[in-house]
Amino acid sequence: MSPILLAEQVLNGLQSGVMLFLMAAGLTLIFGVMGLINLAHGSLYMVGAFAAATVAGLTGSFLLALVAALAAAAAAGALVELLVIRRLYAKDHLDQVLATFALILIFSEGTRWLFGSFPLYLDIPEALSGTVTLPGGIAYPAYRLALIGVGVAVALGLWWLNARTRLGIRIRAGENDREMIAALGVDIGKLYTLVFALGAALAGLAGALVGAIQSVQVGMGEPVLILAFVVIVIGGIGSIKGALIGALLVGLTDTLGGVLLPELFKLFTDPASAAASGSAFASMAIYILMAAVLIWRPTGLFGART
Amino acid sequence: MSRESWLNAALLLALVVVPGWALWADEPFTITLATRAVIFALAAVGLNIALGMGGLVSLGHAVFFGIGGYAMGILASHAQNYTALMEWPFVIEGTKSMPVIWLVAVAASSCAALVIGLLSLRTSGVYFIMITLAFGQMMYFFAISWPAYGGEDGLSIYVRNGFPGLNTLVPIQFYGICLVWLCIALLLYARLMRSPFGLALNAARQVPARVRAVGLDPRRLQLVALVISGGITGLAGALFADLNRFVSPSMLSWQMSGEIMVFVIIGGVARLFGPVAGAGFYVLLEHLLGGVSEFWQIFLGLFLLAVVLFGKGGLVGMIAGRRRDG
Repeated sequence: MSPILLAEQVLNGLQSGVMLFLMAAGLTLIFGVMGLINLAHGSLYMVGAFAAATVAGLTGSFLLALVAALAAAAAAGALVELLVIRRLYAKDHLDQVLATFALILIFSEGTRWLFGSFPLYLDIPEALSGTVTLPGGIAYPAYRLALIGVGVAVALGLWWLNARTRLGIRIRAGENDREMIAALGVDIGKLYTLVFALGAALAGLAGALVGAIQSVQVGMGEPVLILAFVVIVIGGIGSIKGALIGALLVGLTDTLGGVLLPELFKLFTDPASAAASGSAFASMAIYILMAAVLIWRPTGLFGART
Repeated sequence: MSRESWLNAALLLALVVVPGWALWADEPFTITLATRAVIFALAAVGLNIALGMGGLVSLGHAVFFGIGGYAMGILASHAQNYTALMEWPFVIEGTKSMPVIWLVAVAASSCAALVIGLLSLRTSGVYFIMITLAFGQMMYFFAISWPAYGGEDGLSIYVRNGFPGLNTLVPIQFYGICLVWLCIALLLYARLMRSPFGLALNAARQVPARVRAVGLDPRRLQLVALVISGGITGLAGALFADLNRFVSPSMLSWQMSGEIMVFVIIGGVARLFGPVAGAGFYVLLEHLLGGVSEFWQIFLGLFLLAVVLFGKGGLVGMIAGRRRDG
């Protein structure tokens, strides 16, 4: 294993980590403010990817595709919040799980009905299709590097939004005491719709960005959703900082585990069975990480102590 | 008898009459559908112990269902290939005998429930949901990437496993086996509900602090409930694999977990016959709507939403009214 290959894999891990962060940040925000567990977050990721693929197919512009993904996911999020989610805040987690599971079925089958079962493809923009040579002689795809950049920018933007704006103050107040801010004259219904649409837009953005390196298909959102849950369990519910650290940890563990574990197993057995059992265990690595964090800190690295 | 008892009796009668009619009318496919419903109901009775009595919202019950399925698949595939499962330190042969497979399925899935429970019960509420979902996904990916037993393609078993004195390849006889197991599980559920353990578990769901105050450990009660629950769902998995003569990672998928939960909820959480009503209704809906539209799950989704938003207590609750014990 050469250092250059290792560095590439670290970058790959960071890239998948920041994309997971976009998903996890929305989920954790929605849980923190509204106390809602949203299984349909993966569907919003899928909506973003399909909107982007459609608009890119019609106009050929990747930038317009991203705008469409953000708009479509935010609109779908706001619509779902107004029609369904709003009635779930007062209900228990079981009802929330079932209702959002129902939303997954509706979104997935609806998308299949509209677009068919075949995957769509979203092309990487021309300007970012090459590779960039990084210091140390690492040739790395420009698009993936741009994804890391977008992820870092969104993380900074969320921090700014949360810590420096009036909306951020309201969001944090909503996390702490929703009756109080309602009494102070903040329209809590509108705030909830806004937060849900914001989370949905982040998911849609992630779907569109990742859709360009993977295929855009029905059911693409749920594996990412479950990874985002792992991120949140590791980072602690309601903490955006926790979501960032957790997402990077999960992204790195997943990518590096897939490369390093088969190598490690080669020290003990023959190459063929090492590759097989190594990849089997690598697929479990992030869950073992999660279990370890649970044993150490049951409420996650940055979760509230109870 | 209360309305719920009448409903339960009617459901039980339907489980006998429908396949009886199908046998008389020579409709083996209906018997297969009924077997599917009975096995799903058994899996859901398992989940109902954790979910209904224990209040544990587990979105990972496909793990136990799948482990039961793979217990059958692994043992039977070794028996059909005449290879030993393990040669060191002692030889373990595969088997085609249902009782042995059931025993292994229940033991393996209970062990898995113990491990998952020990980890996931360190937390509660929404963490518990996410963690059970994550462990489910872990097993799913493990099954996909572990090549020894078929990986993504799954395992096919050519001949259904045997039970002494019965010809399990005859649909009605296999149905009988499944129905007997469902009845045993329902009896167990009814006994548990009234037992000191069940009462303590019920209390641990409602007011954990008081349970602790009288000297019981709520987490330990929930762990035991999860182990029993996982064992029953694992048994259902072994039967389901035998019904299809096929196991694949899809038995471990999160959709499967969601479906088992849907059986319990549309039937009625914490109702004795809720899982039976839910699973029966689901299989019926799947069969009827699946014939009408390829996209029948949209209607299932809309129906589920309606149950959550407007219907209290699922099908059993709508027909029989509120539970007396709240």
